[in-house]
Amino acid sequence: MRPGYAIILERAIASPTTMTTNATPEALSHAPSLAIDVQGLSKSFGRMAALRKVDLQLAYGEGLALFGHNGAGKSTLIRTLTTLIRPDEGTVRIAGFDRESQASKIRSIIGYVGHQSLLYDDLTPRENLRFYAKLYGLPDAHDLVERSLAEVGASTYAERRVRVLSNGMQKRVAIARALLHRPRVLLLDEPETGLDQGGLELLDSVVAAVKQGGASVVMATHGTERGLALAERAIVLADGRVSLACATSETTVDAIQQAVLAERGASSRSGAQA
Amino acid sequence: MKSYLRSAVAVYAKDMRLEARTKETFSAVLAFAVIVAFVFGFAFDPSPTVVALVGPGIVWVAYVFTGILGMNRTFAVERDRGTLEGLLLAPVGREAIYAGKLASTTTIMLVVEVLLYPVFLVLFELNLFNIWFVLITIAATVGFSAVGTLFSAIAAHTRAREILLPLLFLPIVLPVIIGAVASTSAALAGDGWDGVGKWLQFIVAFDLVFLVLSSWAFDFVLEE
Repeated sequence: MRPGYAIILERAIASPTTMTTNATPEALSHAPSLAIDVQGLSKSFGRMAALRKVDLQLAYGEGLALFGHNGAGKSTLIRTLTTLIRPDEGTVRIAGFDRESQASKIRSIIGYVGHQSLLYDDLTPRENLRFYAKLYGLPDAHDLVERSLAEVGASTYAERRVRVLSNGMQKRVAIARALLHRPRVLLLDEPETGLDQGGLELLDSVVAAVKQGGASVVMATHGTERGLALAERAIVLADGRVSLACATSETTVDAIQQAVLAERGASSRSGAQA
Repeated sequence: MKSYLRSAVAVYAKDMRLEARTKETFSAVLAFAVIVAFVFGFAFDPSPTVVALVGPGIVWVAYVFTGILGMNRTFAVERDRGTLEGLLLAPVGREAIYAGKLASTTTIMLVVEVLLYPVFLVLFELNLFNIWFVLITIAATVGFSAVGTLFSAIAAHTRAREILLPLLFLPIVLPVIIGAVASTSAALAGDGWDGVGKWLQFIVAFDLVFLVLSSWAFDFVLEE
């Protein structure tokens, strides 16, 4: 028997309006051609350069898979796109909004799933989502919360405290939180972590449904196969630089893995020499 | 303005719900406050003459130390659990988050302070059930929270936050402590507005200045 969320997400794919954005009318009327436009992005933490002159453009409805070894700069890039990190140099525009002057507007149209669930342990999933719905000023918050919980198959444990849920269950609720306001850009930082097979299938369905609804997805991942299957474009980061950028249709799992391994070897050697 | 209020109320309601459910901050702060009061009770003979002289100081030392303990947790809990990022990712002004956190910190401190009234009455025969003292308590607690909420956010980013918060907080709130002790002495001596008024006005002025300054500065301290 197929899980309920799969059916719901299939319906969402069939009828994209169910996964389209809840952004404000002002944000909706602001519709430039690129969902993400990053130019010359650099960021250092102390002496360590995390990002070096990164350029990145992504259209609406497109998926981008970010690959790279640990410390390559994937999380820093995604967190910069979320506005959590202020870049040292370069410009970041999300849906045409400038990161420096319109950060709040960017936050209203992005969804983020990171390493942590961003959920309060002593609240239930339903209470957590209601809290975030209030912060986002969502109309029809009650319906949206219930729908988001159903989409990730979390309705059955919506009244349990988050602290008693497994990592996989928490991750599902974290995905529901990220989708609550129907973002135009979904940013995923190693979202597979902690998910079982059912959770991974859910993740694949969510990414497909979000793109089908016209939103863009950026996913940092170590799962090369999944990344290439879900995205139209791929980037390999190494030491904060874009070492490879290509369409996923024009590359292979082996080619990406070799690029990541080659860059890891190079950075290990340079680190040892330093 | 509507969005600001909605967000601030949401943060406040969330904090209060969490505190009502876990009682983590409340129970620790209350226990610490009672212990401080007991230590002072054993430290000297609480005769009426001595209590009239040092009583207001004891009350405010107890309130300030318990306040530091509570304020340390304001943002440390959010940061340790990773939920601070959830707040920062929301499309709300940082000042709304500050206002919600300020309100929840003030509420917890005020509840603990009021619960200490009977403790001081029993241990020192110090009757704090006095309208002037209630007003002083509210005004001074808002001042402590206005400064403490800001510094709690700064300290939460550091490893030595338990040490850093008192070092930042105490020098800044010294005027409020002086005003609170002086006005409490006047209130307990039965001086009324003539004795309390100027200090109360001073504390309220401090509150207003630091509410505005802290709210404005809050945006900068949360940047990574």
